[in-house]
Amino acid sequence: MSIDEARSAIVRGEIRPLELVIALFERIDALEERVGAYVSLTRENALSRARQAEDDLKQNAGKALTGIPLAIKDNICTEGIKTTCSSKILENFIPPYESSVTQRLKSEGYILIGKTNLDEFAMGSSTENSAFGLTKNPWDFERVPGGSSGGSAAAVASDECIAALGSDTGGSIRQPAAFCGVVGLKPTYGRVSRYGLVAFASSLDQIGPITKNVRDSAILMNIISGHDPYDSTSADMPASDFTSGLGQEIKGLKIGIPKEYFIEGLDKEVENSVKEAIKKLESLGGIPVEISLPHTEYAVAAYYILATSEASSNLARYDGVKYGLRSDGEDLIDMYMRTRDEGFGAEVKRRIILGTYALSSGYYDAYYKKAQQVRTLIKEDFEKAFENVDVIVTPTTPTPAFKIGEKIEDPLQMYLTDIFTLSVNLAGVPGISIPCGFTSRNLPVGLQIIGKHFDEESILKVAYAYEQATDWHKKKPNI
Amino acid sequence: MEIEHVALLARLKLSEKEKNLFSGQVGGVIDYIDKLNELDTKEIEPTAHVFPVKNVFRKDKSRPSLPREKALQNAPRKDGKYYRVPKIIE
Repeated sequence: MSIDEARSAIVRGEIRPLELVIALFERIDALEERVGAYVSLTRENALSRARQAEDDLKQNAGKALTGIPLAIKDNICTEGIKTTCSSKILENFIPPYESSVTQRLKSEGYILIGKTNLDEFAMGSSTENSAFGLTKNPWDFERVPGGSSGGSAAAVASDECIAALGSDTGGSIRQPAAFCGVVGLKPTYGRVSRYGLVAFASSLDQIGPITKNVRDSAILMNIISGHDPYDSTSADMPASDFTSGLGQEIKGLKIGIPKEYFIEGLDKEVENSVKEAIKKLESLGGIPVEISLPHTEYAVAAYYILATSEASSNLARYDGVKYGLRSDGEDLIDMYMRTRDEGFGAEVKRRIILGTYALSSGYYDAYYKKAQQVRTLIKEDFEKAFENVDVIVTPTTPTPAFKIGEKIEDPLQMYLTDIFTLSVNLAGVPGISIPCGFTSRNLPVGLQIIGKHFDEESILKVAYAYEQATDWHKKKPNI
Repeated sequence: MEIEHVALLARLKLSEKEKNLFSGQVGGVIDYIDKLNELDTKEIEPTAHVFPVKNVFRKDKSRPSLPREKALQNAPRKDGKYYRVPKIIE
């Protein structure tokens, strides 16, 4: 059930919020052992919020999300509710404040049902880097759900929630959405407040919705976007109604197809699905235009310098003093070093080491500054392309979901799985992944639609037009 | 890359096994990253933030802040009103 459907059913009195929450927990209890989408469930809290929702509805005080159960990625702070980042170092961390996005959802009456699994501190592409267990892909339990928002995507795909929030630093919403056959939107940098999102790479991180369809994505965007004085990088832009473009024609819209995204290593079945999707958009009146984003091949290298550098600085706060794990040591430095050795997992350590190295004396210009200059080139690629086209369409990932364990021993191979999503974060533009087909093994394929800065409306419009003309989003995993 | 030096800078106590594993893996990633040197960027301005972020000012007015108990609630070691840390000054 989508937000839109649940909302209508609640308003018409066909289902009560309490019934909906109980039914969801029954489904979670039946599936969770196999899927593993959640780090923690907030059952009691959800039941009492559902009762509150029923009272509000009786008094005609229903809001946009009254009675709607959502899941939140466990790197988004929820006051009084454990927020672990799937890390041992924050295993018992209970935030003393609420993130701005969940505060906004609360004001609209949402019901939190649980916190979803992720790669530790959102560092990974498969959710295998969680300290609290694996999440499985609902379409094939031997495969990863993608990452880092793998728990949120798997929860949405397996109907263990109505919709969810994730976060995206290099593809962490779009890639798991593609692997799990759901809709994932990374907003323009600055569109959604990062206050209360545990920082990974502050110049790249954005929170966004993972949903069952495009309309739900727009509904959640309407609630979570907008300027926030608590985040100085949040953009002071007028509020948009992201649902207003849904249902509009895409006739005459220019759709850029970057040749650098159709390369060796792109899975044949993924390529075929995406090419079919482009034909479908053409049949709806869109005009495909071949374009070039010439610096695409440098995105992975630039990203892994910038993201790890920012991470090495952001994660310096885990010092065993103010919150989190503390391991005793012989002196202060030894205490820091033992705490961080015991608290962080392998991938987080690798990234801190790479980032610390890149920022260390003598290497700064060769790595960090160089990567920032390449970031300029990548951003300019998009600006030039958008002089001639309205949106850009690509595959979200080069392959469908891979097997658990397949890439975990080889960090570079894992990093290369994000090759089609990273540039979007480096350029700060918005991107959405929607289902556009299945492989012969019945694994979902994702279509990425990229827009201009602050033009989420266009990508939602194109995504909705495509969704209305196809049935991919209606297919469910057989679990 | 001198892994021990970098690990000390990063305040990470690594086991011998981790040192070997990570210097190989991170070394491989750095070799890949050297790809960036194919590009001539002499004349290119670096991008730290996609939008020109300027200082964001607000009035210097006191506002409600976290009460002390809440700020201390997650501390692994505390003593009444304070965080407890290992001895720093001899």
